Amino acid sequence: MTPPLVMLVDDEVPFVETMTKRLAKRDLNVIAAFSGQEALEILDYQRDVDVVILDVKMPGMDGIETLKKMKAAYPLIEVVMLTAHATVESAIEGMRFGAFDYLMKPCDMDQLIGKVNEAARKKQGHEEKIREAHVKEIISKRGY
Amino acid sequence: MTKHTQLADHYLRSLNRNIVLIIIAVSVIPLILVSSTIYYQFRISYQEKVYDHLRELVQSHAQNIDQFLQEKLSNIRLLGDNWGWDGLANESTLKERLAALQKCFGQDFVDLGVINENGVQIAYAGPFKLAKADYSDAEWFHKAIQSEFFISDVFLGLRGLPHFIIAVRNNGENSPWILRATIDFVRFTTLVENIRLGQTGFAFILNNKEELQTKPITRPTADIIAGKTIYTEFLAKPSVSSGRVSMAVISDNARKENIYIAAFLKKGDWLLVYQQRTADAFADLNKTFLITTVLMFFGLVAIIIMAFTLSQTVVNRVAKADSEKQLMSKKVVETGKLASVGELAAGIAHEINNPVAIMVEEAGWMGDLMEEITFDESENRAEFERAIKQIQTQGRRCKEITHKLLSFARKTDATIHDVNIKELLEEMVTLSSQRAKYGMVEIRTEFAPNLPSLRVSTSELQQVFFNLINNAIDAMDHDGGTLTISAQQRENDLVVAVSDTGTGIPEANLDRIFDPFFTTKPVGKGTGLGLSICYGIIEKMGGKLEVESTVGKGTTFLISIPFQMDAERQN
Repeated sequence: MTPPLVMLVDDEVPFVETMTKRLAKRDLNVIAAFSGQEALEILDYQRDVDVVILDVKMPGMDGIETLKKMKAAYPLIEVVMLTAHATVESAIEGMRFGAFDYLMKPCDMDQLIGKVNEAARKKQGHEEKIREAHVKEIISKRGY
Repeated sequence: MTKHTQLADHYLRSLNRNIVLIIIAVSVIPLILVSSTIYYQFRISYQEKVYDHLRELVQSHAQNIDQFLQEKLSNIRLLGDNWGWDGLANESTLKERLAALQKCFGQDFVDLGVINENGVQIAYAGPFKLAKADYSDAEWFHKAIQSEFFISDVFLGLRGLPHFIIAVRNNGENSPWILRATIDFVRFTTLVENIRLGQTGFAFILNNKEELQTKPITRPTADIIAGKTIYTEFLAKPSVSSGRVSMAVISDNARKENIYIAAFLKKGDWLLVYQQRTADAFADLNKTFLITTVLMFFGLVAIIIMAFTLSQTVVNRVAKADSEKQLMSKKVVETGKLASVGELAAGIAHEINNPVAIMVEEAGWMGDLMEEITFDESENRAEFERAIKQIQTQGRRCKEITHKLLSFARKTDATIHDVNIKELLEEMVTLSSQRAKYGMVEIRTEFAPNLPSLRVSTSELQQVFFNLINNAIDAMDHDGGTLTISAQQRENDLVVAVSDTGTGIPEANLDRIFDPFFTTKPVGKGTGLGLSICYGIIEKMGGKLEVESTVGKGTTFLISIPFQMDAERQN
């Protein structure tokens, strides 16, 4: 399996910078975004993002709002919510809107990598199924 | 008694008084107004009716008496006209006529006499020996000879008995003569005596000289004399003499109110007077008034009793509602405090967790880099590794602290289990025993056998007991003492008491001990969150956490938790 492309979204710049480096060191492809709006803009041209690590509490567009828009535009993208504990309910609410899971800050790196990989596998599984369905459709149309 | 209690008592007393007054006023004023109006109208109407009745009575009797006198006068006149001087001057004929009259009219006529123009009785028929009696000096004779007919006042006359006479003048061929008849006085008096009403009503006749013409048998003369002034007034009234009935209500000399009703007889010569005590005339009215008053009195008593009972009931309910409201307010304030501190704690936790997360990640990144860099085996590498590990350890510690801070502020995801309370408490005692030993505290346990399991979060309950036991040991830290933990079932509740023999809590602090950040422990030893967290946890379990304390004797925390929580709370 190719390493998943991960987008890390958090308004805490030092956190994003360090976390990006740590994830990259663990062979993940990481894109950083510092707001919900920026994350959506990146997704416009970088559509092969597999997993988004999304902070719940951000100024402007918060995590839940970003999640809703993200899932509406790109339903296959898996999102792991990240919360500083005070917004556990928000993270759970996020799961209702289609988030894959949630983690609390400060989080254990191994746990995070595990969640990201799980989410990536899920997404890739979905893509595989869609691809198969598409191939079957083409085959049936062409009459092979 | 506290100032608040005094104020509440004063308010309740005032409320009680106001309710009583309002009920009494609202009930009694309309009752009195309506009753008084009805009674007043009824009294006026009744009095009018009684006065009308008495006037009618007197008037009809006056007419009867006048008619009686006129009838007797007509009888005599007819006798005189029919038999003339020649016939009636004969005594035997006169006796026959008297007998005939008595046969027709009973004993109304006592005797008959024929008197010549000189006043000498020529013929006499009757029971007295009055033949040849000389009336020439009698006043009545002079009046009778000068008018066609004459009815005398009552006088004694020659017979020495009270009587009155009816006389008609006949103009004979040569000279006028008089036919005189004496009317039975007893029978005439009976006509007046018949006018009797009630206990004190009686009638009599006065002549225009205010002399009694009939004497009431049933009443003393003093009663008549008592009203003498009014007789003079009546006699002077032209309205009375014209046949109308006059009435007056005045008090007599004995200060007793009397009704006087008068009508003239004999064209103004006599006055028929009816007299009755007002109280007697209105006896029925007064009786009705008495009954109404008694009924009203009982009604008022009933209203007053009802007002007091009702007011007491209302005041009791208000007092109960007040006390419930106070309790509720206290709880609301408590909950509000916890909620606001909870929000504050949540905010702090969020703000702290973010930098802590950065610190931990930075330390992690340093750890990652350390793996790539080839250090010589030196003391520095070991120190770097230790420092990075320390940063990560302390970061996790910060996370745990914020987690604890939040645990009383919001619902935790602690799973609910069946908890064996005896086992849990024994575990808590074991955990605290070392600390108790250092503090010279003896721990005693009194657990009731066969306590049912509780459906709660084990970790939360552990947190509560751990806090209470630690607090109790702290309270006895200096001199040691006894910590008693008891558990028993009381109806549907588990009741756990944690008692110490420590210094106790001053009354002023008792209200605040569940407030977040309130502590009496030395700086750095207590956060003031322990009891707040306990309070929140027990409340969440549907139970109660209460405290009883006496300074110098010790403190007891009472926890009661229902064995079966209602469905809503469980959800």
